[in-house]
Amino acid sequence: MKILMLGWELPPHNSGGLGVACFQLCKALAQKGADIEFILPYTAEHNIDFMNIHSVSPQGVKDIIKSGIAYDSYKYVYVDGTEEVIDIYGQQLSYELSVERLAEILEFDVIHAHDWLTFRAAMKAKILSGKPMIAHVHSLESDRAGGKSGNPYVHEIEYMGLMMADKIVAVSEFTKQTIISDYDIPADKIDVVHNSIDIDMVQPLSGENAYQYLAKMKANGYKVVTNVGRLTIQKGLTNLLRAAKEVVYRMPKTIFLLVGSGDQYYELITLTAELGITKNVIMTGFQRGKQWRDAFAVADLFVMPSVSEPFGIVPLEAISYGAPTLITKQSGVAEVLANTLKVDFWDISEMANQIVGALESDSLRQVLLANALSEYQGMSWDNSADKMMGLYQTHSAGVLT
Amino acid sequence: MKKAIVLYMHVHQPYRVRNYTIFDAGVNHDYFDADYNHNTSNARIIRKVSDKSYLPTNAKLMELLSAHTEFKLSLSITGTLIDQLTEWAPETLKSFQDLVATGRVEIVAETYHHSLAFFYSRSEFEAQVKMHREKIEELFHQTPQVFRNTELAYNNELANWAESSGYKGVLAEGWDPVLQWRSPNFVYKTPGNQNLKLLVKNYKLSDDIAFRFGDNSWSEWPLTADKFSHWLNDSGDATNFNLFMDYETFGEHQWGESGIFDFLGHLPNEWLKNPNNTFMTVSEAMEKNDSVGELDMPYTVTWADTERDLSAWLGNAMQQQSILALYGLEDKIMNSDDLVLINDWRRLQTSDHFYYMCTKWFNDGDIHAYFSPYDTPYEAHIAFMNAWHDLQFRLSEKGLL
Repeated sequence: MKILMLGWELPPHNSGGLGVACFQLCKALAQKGADIEFILPYTAEHNIDFMNIHSVSPQGVKDIIKSGIAYDSYKYVYVDGTEEVIDIYGQQLSYELSVERLAEILEFDVIHAHDWLTFRAAMKAKILSGKPMIAHVHSLESDRAGGKSGNPYVHEIEYMGLMMADKIVAVSEFTKQTIISDYDIPADKIDVVHNSIDIDMVQPLSGENAYQYLAKMKANGYKVVTNVGRLTIQKGLTNLLRAAKEVVYRMPKTIFLLVGSGDQYYELITLTAELGITKNVIMTGFQRGKQWRDAFAVADLFVMPSVSEPFGIVPLEAISYGAPTLITKQSGVAEVLANTLKVDFWDISEMANQIVGALESDSLRQVLLANALSEYQGMSWDNSADKMMGLYQTHSAGVLT
Repeated sequence: MKKAIVLYMHVHQPYRVRNYTIFDAGVNHDYFDADYNHNTSNARIIRKVSDKSYLPTNAKLMELLSAHTEFKLSLSITGTLIDQLTEWAPETLKSFQDLVATGRVEIVAETYHHSLAFFYSRSEFEAQVKMHREKIEELFHQTPQVFRNTELAYNNELANWAESSGYKGVLAEGWDPVLQWRSPNFVYKTPGNQNLKLLVKNYKLSDDIAFRFGDNSWSEWPLTADKFSHWLNDSGDATNFNLFMDYETFGEHQWGESGIFDFLGHLPNEWLKNPNNTFMTVSEAMEKNDSVGELDMPYTVTWADTERDLSAWLGNAMQQQSILALYGLEDKIMNSDDLVLINDWRRLQTSDHFYYMCTKWFNDGDIHAYFSPYDTPYEAHIAFMNAWHDLQFRLSEKGLL
């Protein structure tokens, strides 16, 4: 089975969960015998041996350099040494042209495209090759826009891609329902293949925690509530801060640690000050590696307050580093994780109530974590890969033209 | 009675907080020790300002004091600057001492740390005024007689305090809504106080030098000492022209290339051509002139921005949260008896830290941005609060939290 896999990023050059999910899914698929040609829109070293990676670029471009930040611009380095900065739309169109060239050369049975950024390229490849197209939805424009319709251009591409696809894969039932309601797609065209976590790939903690201040304040009776993620409307952090005000009022020795960057950075700093909880909120900006892992390890509770989270791998990572979790019901991960506190994203007082409850009860946190860890230990991409292989079989027979 | 130019210059540098992160908190306490090449390096800034402004200006002033026996001026020098000069530019400190040793340079009283303590803690305010007086007595063998509060922040209450503390007078902004039909070019008294005199800044004439001097789109550009003296001679009834400005006007805000040093060099000669003209220090102007009326200033007036209030320092929630958090630690800090800790806490009180967090016209990249070593007000806030967290950590280590 040969797959033309169209993705936007892979670790370690990923800005978020999409790259990690693609990587781990492909690894599991390769183990099941899938022969994957993975097309990436930038040039970088990945050290991946289980599939072929093609870094594509327009003619005359030597390198495409990607920043670590989602939706940031790309730097094109031309053969003659000149450079140019391209925005996300230009990058998407250039990817489409490159995939068009590759589709003529490569052999494949199925096109598997991840999220709207690759959908135009996937449609082009389908038209040229006559091969079936599977559109894999990791997030929708309405998720990223916090429940609103978002960017009409993106909305349009997403709509076309979903209509043109022979099969749609959603990372959760939650996302499947959103696709149905946003785009009126028939339910039987959409299959749910849950994301998972490759627990062998989770890097262990090492050494003294990087947040020494928090570690030491915890010894003085402080509690730490952590969130890790992009600071965008989708992630629901304004609600978390409003809940934090209620929590701090009752438990002044609580510190909220927000790790990440994004377009709401300044807005959230200002809101924190306006709520009068500046002393209790620490914003670290974007972190990787040890400082990223240790943010979970130092937490008494991890909170994911997302307004709309198609899957949301981060709570599973939090559990692996020893933090019990509180997540919103508006997330895909809520479908696969039972031992977590769950709340509606809009229910600020209930969010505060559960945070206080968890912080005040050592035994609640212990039980939550112990049970979540045993769920976590049983997770793998194996089932998801089996489902995907089945879909490839069904659809590789061909496509009606 | 001769008409006098009352030249008063304010010399100050804060201890800027380096890019102090949450990973430093609880580990390092070196908030003010940036790498030498970083924007926030205090050592580098002191060297630079010494070379561009302090040393050439002091040389010019010394020349003028030798050449004109009637030339006099007043200076206020903050404790935070004196400490930094002592450490990094002792020859500059010596040049200030040489000026004062001529007997025609008066030093004005203020808070040691250039703080807004008057508005937050009277005991801390008085402690800093005392520290400053003792430092001035030690280094300059002079006891200040006239008071100026940080940023010229003045109200009736400050006048009452200054009268009861035995000062001859106070310096304030000559703001039109307060002066109304009155001229800033006379001495005033304050409501309810018998002895205290008030000198108010003639901001139009002062700003002609401090702000507009190098602006070649200004209709009066280029400004010469001859022209400036004519304006003063032609300005009708007056006893004292209060030219109050930052010392860094000379060589730093107005670069040497603008001709500012030539202007300063020629001003005494041009002004003293008229035998009815002279120079006075601030206390001399208060002693030799009777007050012509009373200025009532119930609300705080400063010398900053078109608002002339404290909004540049306390106008947004970030600034207010930061300063409240800082003064909120006062009792615990003072109870620590730890002089290093107390000193760090005081250095964080310097008004500049709050000025860097100002978001008024942040988008315009205006004068506030020019004076800030940080890329954004938010970065300034985060570095400051991380340092605050470390203060809190240090208190907790002592069991004082």
